[in-house]
Amino acid sequence: MKTAVSVSAGLRERRWKKTMHEIWRDRVLYFLFLPVIAYYIVFRYAPMYGVVIAFKNFNVYDGIAGSPWVGWANFAQFFKSVYFTRLLKNTLGINLLDILIGFPAPIIFALMLNEIRNVMFKRSIQTISYLPHFISTVVVVGMVVNFLSLSTGIVNNIIEACGGQRVYFLTEPNYFWGIYTTMNVWKGIGWGAIIYIAALAGIDPTLYEAAIIDGAGRWKQTIHVTLPGISTTIVTMFILKIGHLLEVGYESIILMYNPKLYPAADVFSTYIYRVGLASSDPNYSLATAIGLFQSLIGLVLVVIANRLSKKYSEAALW
Amino acid sequence: MASNLSDRTIPRRIFLALDVVFLLFIAAVTLYPIIYVVSMSFSDEVAAIQNKVWLLPVNPTLEAYKNVFQYPGLLRSYGNTIFYTIAGTAINIVFTMCAAYPLSRKRFKGRSVFSFLIVFTMLFNGGMIPSYLLVKNLHLLDTRWAILLPGAINTWNMIIMRSFLQQLPEELEEAAKIDGCGDLRLLLQIIIPLSIPSIATITLFYAVAHWNSFFQAMIYLPRAKDLRPLQLILRDIVLQNQTDSMITSASQDVVGLSETIKYATIVVAVAPILCVYPFIQKYFVAGVMVGAVKG
Repeated sequence: MKTAVSVSAGLRERRWKKTMHEIWRDRVLYFLFLPVIAYYIVFRYAPMYGVVIAFKNFNVYDGIAGSPWVGWANFAQFFKSVYFTRLLKNTLGINLLDILIGFPAPIIFALMLNEIRNVMFKRSIQTISYLPHFISTVVVVGMVVNFLSLSTGIVNNIIEACGGQRVYFLTEPNYFWGIYTTMNVWKGIGWGAIIYIAALAGIDPTLYEAAIIDGAGRWKQTIHVTLPGISTTIVTMFILKIGHLLEVGYESIILMYNPKLYPAADVFSTYIYRVGLASSDPNYSLATAIGLFQSLIGLVLVVIANRLSKKYSEAALW
Repeated sequence: MASNLSDRTIPRRIFLALDVVFLLFIAAVTLYPIIYVVSMSFSDEVAAIQNKVWLLPVNPTLEAYKNVFQYPGLLRSYGNTIFYTIAGTAINIVFTMCAAYPLSRKRFKGRSVFSFLIVFTMLFNGGMIPSYLLVKNLHLLDTRWAILLPGAINTWNMIIMRSFLQQLPEELEEAAKIDGCGDLRLLLQIIIPLSIPSIATITLFYAVAHWNSFFQAMIYLPRAKDLRPLQLILRDIVLQNQTDSMITSASQDVVGLSETIKYATIVVAVAPILCVYPFIQKYFVAGVMVGAVKG
């Protein structure tokens, strides 16, 4: 009995020594990793602690730790305000349009490009299609705003030249979702297609040969070989989209909107920005509460989407 | 796809013709706004205000560009952006390598725990306000560090880099170790030289992001006008009509003048990227593909 204990203790000690020895041997790796740990603690995990102000009445003098607790009051205030339904409607509406139009657009573009045999033509179109991805949000929004301008915008010039009436695009809320979606499709179609193009190139050519031997025409090849070949990629991209259902590219909206457009353009992030940062009397706690609500729902959505996709297909993020 | 006989059938030919038209249409829609911006910037302001510009410049002139470069703060902001892009990208690369290299080695203990804690920050984060308060409490507000440090590692780029490094064969490392090569020398003389293409890829990812970023500067540099990057000045010129301040008369062509200035400013901001992107796009595509495989 006594010997058995000492044997296992000796074993543990030897294993411990071995681990320590290995860590010392690889000390450079651990040393390199130290600044990384510091970075993630300071800039990524410390703000997660800062989230507690969502449950406080934060004021600058008492700081994060010293401000008084108020429980769920900030959340209650937000859910009861008129903004909650407005922000939810706009965020979901804009994202739904994005899923209906912005999501399939790169897939269709990739499929259409895939049919082209002429390498030069294919590559030129692809290169042109990436271009908008490299243009900054400020410039893209700047172009949209100036193109849609009432008196000098090219879009209104075209409408007038075709015999129509000039349109107040940027003060009429009804147009906003359409404008925003169009802008994002323009910016993202070519770039978004890259991974589908790669997936298409990765399909085993013998599958097509087998399909041809079985008498499948082009259309049947597309349905039975091409689409199954990229379905994993499509599902993965879809999960990512679902996880961001409560997020909208707020940077472009902040640049584009004006008070007249708030009813259609205001989303969670833009409101957080206005309440917490762009206000002369910022309410940090309320803004943080809205942000926390948004991130938690986002987290839940990603987990659910991932679980569903694991269940019904091979694709999963983790 | 194997070329096959069905390419020669009539429905197939019709389809291919429509496909080419469709793709040409996409290309035209992509390019037209950019051509229009360039043409407007070189056009005479009177022609611009009378809406005479459709595709090519009308009465070409460099007037707008002269005014752009006289815009107060524009050159300075251009310099700031160049600084943020170079210094910021350098910081990004060092930090990203420090994270990606250990995490790519199997012998690095705790790598799955660290990987989880790092990936978790992509799924959940403190949000805009706590991040702002952090920068404020660290006294980084209105300093250059506020632009350089908070985004020192982009987790997505780091994962791409880690995937690249994982592809390097372990035997390579063992052979070097047997030859008495230490970890640091291994990294500097073998791993990094072998990863130049992938480092180039993420360098470009980071550099373009720095060049184009405005939101961080907007919230973290509330008072330090001298430190502001190009994109913020661009926002002022293009979106907020502040061009009026540099024009004394309130005559009709004030609007026209400011029209062409807006477009010229856009050209000045976009030109460097437009000039290099055809040459660097293949690196980007490589990065997106690795990200997709791992994502």
